[in-house]
Amino acid sequence: MGGIVGLVPLATGVAVFLDPLRTRKKKGGGGDDGFIKVATLEELPTGKPPQRFAVIDDRVDAWNMFPQEPVGAVYLSRSADDDVQALCVICPHAGCSVDFDPSRNVFQCPCHNSSFKLSGEIHNEDSPAARGMDTLEVEIKNDNEVWVKYQQFRPGTAEKIAEA
Amino acid sequence: MNALANWFDDRTGYRAYLHETLYERIPGGARWRYVWGSTLVFTFVVQMITGLFLWMSYSPSSQTAWESVYYIQYEMQFGWLLRGLHHFTAQAMIVLLALHFMQIVIDGAYKAPREVNFWLGLILMQIVLGLSLTGYLLPWDQKGYWATQVATKLSTMVPVFGPQIQRLVVGGPNYGHHTLTRFFALHAGVLPTLLIGLLGLHLYVFRRHGITAKDPNRAPETTFWPDQVLRDAVACLGVLTVVLLLIFWKAPQYSGELSQLAADGRLGDVFGAELGAPADPTEPYAAARPEWYFLFLFQFLKFFKGEYEVYGAIYIPGGVMLFMFLMPFIGRWKLGHRFNLAYMGVLILGAAALTWMAVEEDRTKDEYKAAVADAHMKSERIRELIQGRQGVGYDGAVALLRSDPKTHGPHLFAVKCASCHRYNGHNGMDVVVEDPATASDLGNFGTREWVRGFITDPAGEDYFGATAEGSYNGEPLGERFTEGEMAFWAEENIGNMTKREIDAVVEFLIAQSGREFAPPIDEELVAEGRDFFENGTDNAQGCIDCHAVTPLGEEEQLGDTGLAPRLTGYASEAWLRDFIGHPGAEHNYGERNAMPEFGDQLSEQQLDLLARFLTKNWYEPPTETTEVVVEE
Repeated sequence: MGGIVGLVPLATGVAVFLDPLRTRKKKGGGGDDGFIKVATLEELPTGKPPQRFAVIDDRVDAWNMFPQEPVGAVYLSRSADDDVQALCVICPHAGCSVDFDPSRNVFQCPCHNSSFKLSGEIHNEDSPAARGMDTLEVEIKNDNEVWVKYQQFRPGTAEKIAEA
Repeated sequence: MNALANWFDDRTGYRAYLHETLYERIPGGARWRYVWGSTLVFTFVVQMITGLFLWMSYSPSSQTAWESVYYIQYEMQFGWLLRGLHHFTAQAMIVLLALHFMQIVIDGAYKAPREVNFWLGLILMQIVLGLSLTGYLLPWDQKGYWATQVATKLSTMVPVFGPQIQRLVVGGPNYGHHTLTRFFALHAGVLPTLLIGLLGLHLYVFRRHGITAKDPNRAPETTFWPDQVLRDAVACLGVLTVVLLLIFWKAPQYSGELSQLAADGRLGDVFGAELGAPADPTEPYAAARPEWYFLFLFQFLKFFKGEYEVYGAIYIPGGVMLFMFLMPFIGRWKLGHRFNLAYMGVLILGAAALTWMAVEEDRTKDEYKAAVADAHMKSERIRELIQGRQGVGYDGAVALLRSDPKTHGPHLFAVKCASCHRYNGHNGMDVVVEDPATASDLGNFGTREWVRGFITDPAGEDYFGATAEGSYNGEPLGERFTEGEMAFWAEENIGNMTKREIDAVVEFLIAQSGREFAPPIDEELVAEGRDFFENGTDNAQGCIDCHAVTPLGEEEQLGDTGLAPRLTGYASEAWLRDFIGHPGAEHNYGERNAMPEFGDQLSEQQLDLLARFLTKNWYEPPTETTEVVVEE
């Protein structure tokens, strides 16, 4: 009997506490397929170093919804006419934000010193990252719009595991 | 009095309890080496008291956490002292924890029958570290926000339930309100409650077995009161002194100004714990580091490549900690105690060496120093902005900072404009770009000197001259602008104008923006300039043949749009927003345009920011001199 008396409030509390584990249907803008318009081809001259673009989407924070705010960033570079590469700025090692160092032409993480080639592969074998920077799917829509499927991946694993 | 005490003792038995507490036996006499446990209890009490009062002014949400801490630090009387006490006592607690642990191991106080108490101590140590980790995030400044993100991201590596643990700690997929509410509940509720409970047990078990005297024959046996209590009190006073020194260590630098700062109620600007710029999820902080006592773990992680990261992040630190739980058993063997001493020595030296490496590496890293300087600038700037508008808006401090052209304009210019334009020769952020400019230098755009320079020499290298190297949609611009209509006009007419006429046109053009200038606009010149613009002179052609304008304060447009940019409101924010957004519009460059249409690329807020950056329209705090002028 005593156990039940304690259990009811405790179990209720734990149920609410576990709420973040529930996967919510994603609210917010972008296409239904998860692609978000990030840039136009005019902003991406071919053969230039990667440029960082903010990913703008509706940002939901518990009870707040902030329409069209930066929710993350990607590095875009264009090797040929419609060949655009998108890399997630988040370091696959521990989740810091990777910088681009134009003087050495490499991506450099300011936290634990991982460095990556322009293609996103690991540049230096001293890099502690377990995999290269995460490439993101890109689609060119309406002739000149660069749409990116913005995703984040779990840090510290060799394979890319998308975070829900 | 005595009767009352007797009555109370009869009902509570407090005398026996007090006696037991105060007259605990200390074989071998009171010693300084026994003070560390007491100092830890003292620091915990300080944290409880200061934390409770901080709680009364703190508001955990992503729009109010930083703001409420700002208010405590800079606005509330002695708020800086309260925060300083809480912050530096937390640091002291870590040091004392290490000292207490060392004393216990060195004296062999972990051995039978005190194993359980040793374990309780280890758990208490974890709780204190947990309090530090959760507390670091609560001010919601850039440093705490980004450093704690790394810590919680690493928790995804915990075997089996890692990702779930991370989600529960963060309160959702991303950092936000629920991260703060959860961290705060841990910091001020769950962990202190556990700590109080376990500390009670720790003290109870400690009293059960008594103190571990290393050398019982050193001195005659004594009792806790008064000999040891005196030493403990002196040690606690010492700890408090060190904490106060840390709070006030900047005082000598400000000795002359302190009375003024105190009179203005601004001691929080100088003293107490640092408060960085408000956390901005869109602006990663390249100098994100954990608190100094976790730096060794941060550095340790650099040594584990690839898939071995989880060893550096979880397995080895966890293993090292779990191994400590075995110390009492190892200590039973003949050489066990020596082994434990060596184990502890290696751990402490190793942690010290790793910490030193981390600090040394950052000390020489330019990116790190630049990021720290940038964060420092922003934390000063946000204070100016808040003081300027006498409070934060409902959308929080980070929105205030984001809409500040002085802070964010340079970066926006560097990213969006500096691939063609320059800002006083650099990219807006004081970095000289290697590639030559292919468009005008906008550092002084809209000022007398800029406009004079442009109309007298449109093809000059800081104006259209740069476009000769440019291209648009893959086609080189060549002489489109350097030998265009404007350049042609200047060549034909400038030589035939008097200095007064040129000054008048310049004055008329800059007056259109409605901006303020020093010296102020000369209305007489403006009228002459307007006349020249419309009619020219016998020797020089006016502007109206190509440019249209509705002069400021008039209703009717002079000239027709379509041949060259319309100059209504020229160089004002509205004109700039329209021009940057749609340079190819008919009333701007039309078909001759060679500038990307930023209306598609920039948000309204960014356009506004850029226009205000180019017109230098941002808040500046009143300086001493202007105040003096006002007083006169």
